[in-house]
Amino acid sequence: VADQATVSDREQRILRIIETARGKRAKFRDEQINMAHGAGGKATQSLIEGLLAPAFESETLNEMADAGAVKVDGVELAMTTDSYVVKPLRFPGGSIGELAVNGTVNDLSVAGARPLALSLSLVLEEGLPADELRAEVEAIAQAARAAGVEIIAGDTKVVERGHADGMYVCTTGIGRRDPRASLSPSALRPGDRILLSGGIGEHGTAIMLARGEFELDASIESDTRSLWPAVDALLEAAGHDLRCMRDATRGGVASVLNELARASSVAMIVREAEIPVAPPVAGAAEILGIDPLYVANEGKLVAFVAPEAAAQALEALRSVSGCEQAAEIGEVRTEPPGMVLVQTSFGGKRVMDQLVGDPLPRIC
Amino acid sequence: VKFVDEFRDAELGQVVAREILSLVEPGRHYKVMEVCGGHTHSIYKYGVDDLLPANVELVHGPGCPVCVIPMGRVDDGIAVAHNDGVIFTCFGDMMRVPGSNGSLLDAKAAGADIRMVYSPLDALRIAKQNPEREVVFFAIGFETTAPSTALTLKRAKMEGVKNFSCMCSHVTIVPPLRALLESPDLRLDGFIGPGHVSTVVGARPFEFIPADYDKPVVIAGFEPLDILQAIAMILRQVDEDRCEVENQYKRVVPYEGNLRALEVMAEVFELRPHFEWRGLGFISHSGLKLSGAYADLDAELRFSVPGVRVADPKACQCGEVLKGVIKPWECKVFGTACTPERPIGTCMVSSEGACAAYYNYGRFAREREVV
Repeated sequence: VADQATVSDREQRILRIIETARGKRAKFRDEQINMAHGAGGKATQSLIEGLLAPAFESETLNEMADAGAVKVDGVELAMTTDSYVVKPLRFPGGSIGELAVNGTVNDLSVAGARPLALSLSLVLEEGLPADELRAEVEAIAQAARAAGVEIIAGDTKVVERGHADGMYVCTTGIGRRDPRASLSPSALRPGDRILLSGGIGEHGTAIMLARGEFELDASIESDTRSLWPAVDALLEAAGHDLRCMRDATRGGVASVLNELARASSVAMIVREAEIPVAPPVAGAAEILGIDPLYVANEGKLVAFVAPEAAAQALEALRSVSGCEQAAEIGEVRTEPPGMVLVQTSFGGKRVMDQLVGDPLPRIC
Repeated sequence: VKFVDEFRDAELGQVVAREILSLVEPGRHYKVMEVCGGHTHSIYKYGVDDLLPANVELVHGPGCPVCVIPMGRVDDGIAVAHNDGVIFTCFGDMMRVPGSNGSLLDAKAAGADIRMVYSPLDALRIAKQNPEREVVFFAIGFETTAPSTALTLKRAKMEGVKNFSCMCSHVTIVPPLRALLESPDLRLDGFIGPGHVSTVVGARPFEFIPADYDKPVVIAGFEPLDILQAIAMILRQVDEDRCEVENQYKRVVPYEGNLRALEVMAEVFELRPHFEWRGLGFISHSGLKLSGAYADLDAELRFSVPGVRVADPKACQCGEVLKGVIKPWECKVFGTACTPERPIGTCMVSSEGACAAYYNYGRFAREREVV
């Protein structure tokens, strides 16, 4: 222990440099866009914080929430937008159309807004079979009905063969802020409990397997679904004790936790043993060398709840269909600010870091 | 996952951790090097180092096949990838490694057709599906991955696939270990031997470490319990003043290795006179190239390869970090010119490199007590 306690001046200085660098807004200095800018990790962050946010100078945007708030004559509305570029278009458990509805509905939901209406924009590739389009339109209609939102505006464009991978779908959603909600990414307090609404990594793993790049057979389905029922139950059970929620999509649960730890300048400790992972997902991740914590979900949220309301909130969450596996996976701490730590099932502790690029499989 | 979970049992981990504690002399500092990047990965993933006494330090060795590829070699790959009609294939984690002017990921963004594959056979399949294109496989890795490259090349030859070639950057494990051990300023008490490599080469090639350099070696598996047990075995050797090669990974590693794999490798590859390692410089007989019989599948002969050597940046002290002579923060460029986002040296390239690990986690280690 002795040599750990004495930190030389030089090391102290270096640690301060690292800390300052971490605290700084990410700069966007790349010469061109590469795939890592779309993976939800550090590169994506540099694009958003270093290029987009400074250009638009919006306080609402700077909050970096899943949806932005607009107040119109005393009525609080939330608005969000998303593009869907998934390949293949259909995969076990869902399709691009279903994702396009649920993804946008979920961004509104976790911002504490009841989803009201969506716009729909379709970018279609020349040569797309009409039956495939018909199937997606039907999937969109069905998902919208299930989520209780109306599609009230739209646009279509066709691009030449070789672009748009069949089809790209963009949806913009509008919702009404629920009066029970008082949520903010900077509201986390030490002691708050972290709830997760169910098993992780299903969507991303299902997509990877559906691409057929691995010769792996596993019955894993995307978890795409509307999260409004889960949010509704949490708001009812915890009300203002619900501090913040996030939809753990691109970059997975690890990315969401890191974002919030930074936004609130708090630490988090997560107990690995409590994180639900379905055995086929765990098996596929093991073989591919991928950590399910970084794999995308399309129907899982992370919620932060004041300690006194946590038990009730968890019970309410578990009563919602699709959230039976919900669990309390950890809590908010003070030190070290901005970092997420994991208590591993093996009994050690490690840092759950932000993703640098795509979650690429390791070779050895 | 059955047959795996048993080696991740927290209670057994505590038992071995207590054994380790009983083996260390208070006041003495122990440094153990895990040679293989796979071990480093497990150590971080499971928080194995967190279970060790503060005076047992793990030093991350040169066994990350991605981080040891020098800049000039990445540049060569990018140059080949930019040839008209070429589909360049490589393992995913190779794509982020910086060359002197960007990584393969950047080259992909600039228009080169670079695809990630999971095995050399995937690359061969792409070649068969695209007979009008030239498909190049960028082969990297130690003896672990070399046999599968060798088998793929054999198959390509047998099936007469003319549009497939291989840019071979395979390396061997023993020469860099010898180079490390030759270094007069090395401070290490023992080695955790590379489990995967040993399944191919066996335990015999490591006998020179105790014989010539008086350091214990324990070949270990990749589960957290394997690693803890190997550390305990090394410390026991130190404690009992013994020095030998022990095999903790007997369930997989035979002493003689895999003779069939060694044969195929001997047929397809031959040793290069020397090969450059990022951070360690040129090491003789440490790299593999295609043998004369397979020269027609050698991408370096099929395409013009610049082969320009790009010196490691002067200020970079990766070699000394690898040898355990200096700590990451003692390097002149650490944390300033060299960061995980813009790495200069090998130790910062992969998230498992010693410097990247310290950059990301070092501060946490200091505050462990607070947490």
